[in-house]
Amino acid sequence: MNPWLLLILPITSAVIIHLGLKRSATASALLSSLCVIATLIVSFSLLGSDASVVALDWINISGLNLEIGLELDQLSKGMMIVVTGIGVLVHVFSLGYMKDDEAKARYFGCLSLFMFSMTGIVLASNFIMMFIFWELVGLSSYLLIGHWYHKDSAADAAKKAFLTNRIGDFGFMIGILMLWGIMGTVVFAEMDGSQFSSLCTCLTGMVVLLIFCGAVGKSAQLPLHVWLPDAMEGPTPVSALIHAATMVAAGVYMMARLFLSLGITPDTAELIGSAPQVIAWIGGITSLFAALMATQQNDIKKILAYSTLSQLGYMVMAVGLVAPEAGMFHLFTHAWFKALLFLGSGAVIYACHHEQDIWKMGGLLKKMPITAITFLIGTMALTAVPFTAGFYSKEGILHAAHHQPLFWVAAFVALLTTFYMFRLFIVAFLGKAREHGSKEASEVSLIMSVPLVILAVMSFAAPHISAIFPVPSSWSLEFDVMPHFDDPVFWTSIGAFLIGAVLAFTIYSGKDKDPLSIPLFRNKFYFDEIYAWIIKIFQDALAAIVHFLDAFLINTLLVGGLTRSATGIGNFFRRYAQSGSLSGYAFLMAVGVLLVIYFTVFASK
Amino acid sequence: MPTPSLTEYLIISGLLFSIGLGGVIIRRNIIVIFMCLEMMLAAASLTLVAFSRFNVTDNGLPDYDGQMLVFFIITVAAAEVAVGLAIIVSLYRARQTIHTDELTSLKG
Repeated sequence: MNPWLLLILPITSAVIIHLGLKRSATASALLSSLCVIATLIVSFSLLGSDASVVALDWINISGLNLEIGLELDQLSKGMMIVVTGIGVLVHVFSLGYMKDDEAKARYFGCLSLFMFSMTGIVLASNFIMMFIFWELVGLSSYLLIGHWYHKDSAADAAKKAFLTNRIGDFGFMIGILMLWGIMGTVVFAEMDGSQFSSLCTCLTGMVVLLIFCGAVGKSAQLPLHVWLPDAMEGPTPVSALIHAATMVAAGVYMMARLFLSLGITPDTAELIGSAPQVIAWIGGITSLFAALMATQQNDIKKILAYSTLSQLGYMVMAVGLVAPEAGMFHLFTHAWFKALLFLGSGAVIYACHHEQDIWKMGGLLKKMPITAITFLIGTMALTAVPFTAGFYSKEGILHAAHHQPLFWVAAFVALLTTFYMFRLFIVAFLGKAREHGSKEASEVSLIMSVPLVILAVMSFAAPHISAIFPVPSSWSLEFDVMPHFDDPVFWTSIGAFLIGAVLAFTIYSGKDKDPLSIPLFRNKFYFDEIYAWIIKIFQDALAAIVHFLDAFLINTLLVGGLTRSATGIGNFFRRYAQSGSLSGYAFLMAVGVLLVIYFTVFASK
Repeated sequence: MPTPSLTEYLIISGLLFSIGLGGVIIRRNIIVIFMCLEMMLAAASLTLVAFSRFNVTDNGLPDYDGQMLVFFIITVAAAEVAVGLAIIVSLYRARQTIHTDELTSLKG
């Protein structure tokens, strides 16, 4: 099937819904869902085939040749399965979750727009095209976070997400331009990392780090991570699709694409200087900080958001360790089980009448068995229980980090992950119901539970379907179904899991309120406060400068100076020329006449 | 008796004009100023007549255009005097003075 359909179908759906179907919610929901199902079918049909497309010329001036083309390799094809597969399940889940929403048509229109933009990022054949879709994804994320824009918190979160992303995108843009300057091309297929060998590693490392800035923004790495937890103000299926599975992983995908195009492997990593170490440490620190923050959150979606941050940090760390195959593999498995967790939390929130505080839930295991069990499966996958999807991919990252200081960071994060995920599960699903919302909770309808079950199946099956891995064959992905019992990495992982789980059970089992209170973690290391403070200082300084320019330069000197000199000259003439004495006027007139005569008769020669 | 040349006429005319101008500038009585103005007009008329008299055309006669213009000036001056005196009279009625030192409402 024609690969262009992947782009055409969602944008058609988005345009039709936004222009014509705003009033018929059901029709737009169906149209949007059918389109995404069709794109999933197209994505599957692309898997085995070696289809390629003719790129369309877009801008063609000397030295700059931009085209709209599709890059169809295993990396993008596998990623398309993730995007469209989770897209389908989220669309179906949304049919139930957003059933009573008054702006359902707008919601589905924006989802289609998002599918279009995300497909564009995945399939883009050059950096400029990717950047355009990168921004479009930011836009659709903004629209969807702010879906309930009448709530101030949602509108603010949408703005925050957009602005924070802009900061990263600025670096991304500079990086793309520098790469173009070095390579003479922005097309992935035409790039050649060996051109870096003649350049200073400070320059090449700078290029990679600037491009990484884009990933820092989009994948919410430190220090631009602040938008992702706030983005949970959007509808929960959106959080599952955009802010857990696909869009936030775009940064990792983009970095993998960059490394693949430049041919950067552990052997050639010295070409880009110390950039990989910087990337790895940013990822590692993000995953550590996010995991610490997650241990003290009470909002079910916030916990999952910080968990997403932490797992994204893992992936970025893998990329920085020049093991993008491990990062992409984790991206792939994480997408399924994190979508499962988010949709599960959506089902819980829906059943508890939009209650998000885990301390007001409890005992949901008996009332919502399907949701609870699928949620437990997601939790197990996230905490890397052997034979789940997360186990294999996390193992890969731990292997990549082995014998480095980051290994211990990663292992500690694994422990924390287990701790906060079981805290969430114990508090929300076990024990007894604490508030009337959770007392009245009942299992969600079939349309919402079926996607959960499918995702739960994928949480086990994902690592076994190697045809859809977004890992090109040139990257050797080592992966065995049976764990290696003689491997210290395996035992570290198991140990981290056991310690975390035991800690969570001893501390939280049967509790009705949080026995631990660590304000530093609860307040997210005061990042928001620090940023607000910095911004206030800068804003005040800027305002003072602008005020000086306005008040002194413009008001006093320019505008005021002109008016005052005009009044001054006017006053002078009023006082001395407008004397009111007739003879004075006559004298002046006579002088004037004499001057005219003098100039015309005597001085004109 | 020698006939005066154009220069003499122009000197007389210039003297008349200067006296008139001086009067206008120096004097304070508005009637006198008005008379001085008339003198300046007369000076201009004298210049015109003198130029006319000395500008002899091809047929031996002077060019009468200048003298024609003087008639117009005299007519207009007569009308102007009528209007001017009327203004002075009404000014006197309004302000009880014709002294320019006391007429300073144009002072800025």
